[in-house]
Amino acid sequence: MVTPLRVVIALCLVAPFVAMLWVGSYAKTDPVVIGIPFFYWYQMLWVLLSTLLTMIAYKLWQRDQRARSASKGGASK
Amino acid sequence: MNDGVNGVALAVFIFFFLLVTAMGFMAARWRKAENEHSLDEWGLGGRSFGTWVTWFLLGGDLYTAYTFVAVPAAIYAAGAAGFFAVPYTILVYPLIFTFLPRLWSVSHKHGYVTTSDFVRGRFGSKGLSLAVALTGILATMPYIALQLVGIQAVLDVMGVGGGEDTNWFIKDLPLLIAFGVLAAYTYSSGLRAPALIAFVKDTLIYIVIAVAIIYIPIKLGGFDEIFASASEAYSQTNPATGAPRGALVPGDAGQWTYATLALGSALALFMYPHSITATLSSRSREVIRRNTTILPLYSLMLGLLALLGFMAIAAGVKVQNGQLAIPQLFENMFPAWFAGVAFAAIGIGALVPAAIMSIAAANLFTRNIYKDFIKPDATPKQETKVSKIVSLLVKVGALVFVLTMDKTVAINFQLLGGIWILQTFPALVGGLFTRWFHRWALIGGWAVGMIYGTVAAYGVASPTQKHFGGSAKEIPGIGEIGYIGLTAFVLNVAVTVVLTFVMRALKAPEGVDQTKPEDYTADAGDPGVQVELPPATAGSSTH
Repeated sequence: MVTPLRVVIALCLVAPFVAMLWVGSYAKTDPVVIGIPFFYWYQMLWVLLSTLLTMIAYKLWQRDQRARSASKGGASK
Repeated sequence: MNDGVNGVALAVFIFFFLLVTAMGFMAARWRKAENEHSLDEWGLGGRSFGTWVTWFLLGGDLYTAYTFVAVPAAIYAAGAAGFFAVPYTILVYPLIFTFLPRLWSVSHKHGYVTTSDFVRGRFGSKGLSLAVALTGILATMPYIALQLVGIQAVLDVMGVGGGEDTNWFIKDLPLLIAFGVLAAYTYSSGLRAPALIAFVKDTLIYIVIAVAIIYIPIKLGGFDEIFASASEAYSQTNPATGAPRGALVPGDAGQWTYATLALGSALALFMYPHSITATLSSRSREVIRRNTTILPLYSLMLGLLALLGFMAIAAGVKVQNGQLAIPQLFENMFPAWFAGVAFAAIGIGALVPAAIMSIAAANLFTRNIYKDFIKPDATPKQETKVSKIVSLLVKVGALVFVLTMDKTVAINFQLLGGIWILQTFPALVGGLFTRWFHRWALIGGWAVGMIYGTVAAYGVASPTQKHFGGSAKEIPGIGEIGYIGLTAFVLNVAVTVVLTFVMRALKAPEGVDQTKPEDYTADAGDPGVQVELPPATAGSSTH
């Protein structure tokens, strides 16, 4: 069953793939930050972003599960 | 590079080595269960690990000594292309989040110890499960060999056993000792040993990286300086190829390779038996999902580590064998005692995954070859016995591999292993979500993927070798250079889909599916799911 919540979860999980596989979007040197070319710090930034997105997905998924068991009258299936 | 033995570094190294050896043997008593003669106990640590132990175990497992040596070595050799390891580990976690909890649930419901157990239960096909098991064992062996190569690199830089002119026995003695100790405590303590040692390993590695990433750039005059000298080094023409050595940023031609390597490696990682072993040893489904939110800490560490490759260039490290670049950088930059800590981190970083990998390969052999084909009525006690012995054999095999063959052979086989293991993806992950694929179609797809991958990799030449020179090749029909494993995987899926339609039309027997849809979402505490399973055979419902 597709609910808005699950669409958001899916987007959180798909986003890193789009960002990382589109190499052309980040294959450049500038802007350089503390001496590190964009190519490198951008990908390391995505480690943090993807962690954040996975955490959001995890929280939303927990909420989704709670809602589901509640709608079944609290019975865990 | 052997300008004598580095005494202080060696003493520190030996201290940590003795420490983890003692821990390895004591681990048998850690969280000890009543029935120690089951495969669940020895091979999955009683399936009782919580979030943090699982985190250390998975981290110790996925980020091996080889990773720590090879990723910066790749950067050192060619620049940007080696950095694909970072997007690769970023992509791993959303994948884990999606499919591993399902595998955990169905495995706990049915007592599956290996991926092949699941495939056999799901598709009712011993042939398919054998294919998955053999692929797993084949892909794991060179991986273990590479861990030993990692230890060798460290010993080499420390000046023990190195030189080419020494007698082979003296030369390999330190490696033999390290290996013997590893084999002994894996045999006696099972998965508990690497789980406990992983704490030491990760603590050491985090300390070393934190220090290296601050201390070395200060000594080298900052990141500006480091990237400037790296950039200059990459622009030099390599006499062997007539092309520049590398680049700081991948050019247009390299981008497909970069992306396909990242994606293909991410898909392959959790097909490896040792990653699955560490996952199934966790206490609950929640532990896995929670872990996907803390495991990326290792990716960050890997990214920082990769930068060490640039530092090695800037520091003027010149080595023929790129694998020695990072150990040599440590030796040049750090005071002797801290170099010892860094070497210990790499050395122990090799022992943990080598132990887990040999346990995983042994479990595969015992469950899916020994029990399915040789002795179907084996008792849990016999299973454990066989697993213990096979874990020894696998390690001896890896040792022979390292001692008799050229190191590049080990790396080539490791590349092949990645291509091969990816071909089990459709059966495993496909099987977790749908029963639509036909079991014989899956075998057909697997065979095509394996053959294409091997032949394609055989045809890749590099300046130093005629065959198996790399893992990227032109993708047929697209014309870009891409990761062979991923091309083989796409071919594999296409063949599987086509053959499934054919099998359906021919009404070929589907095989019995032991699992039910609700098995895939069951969690600890649900009826029929035990947190600690009794003997390994308890769940297989056919008995």
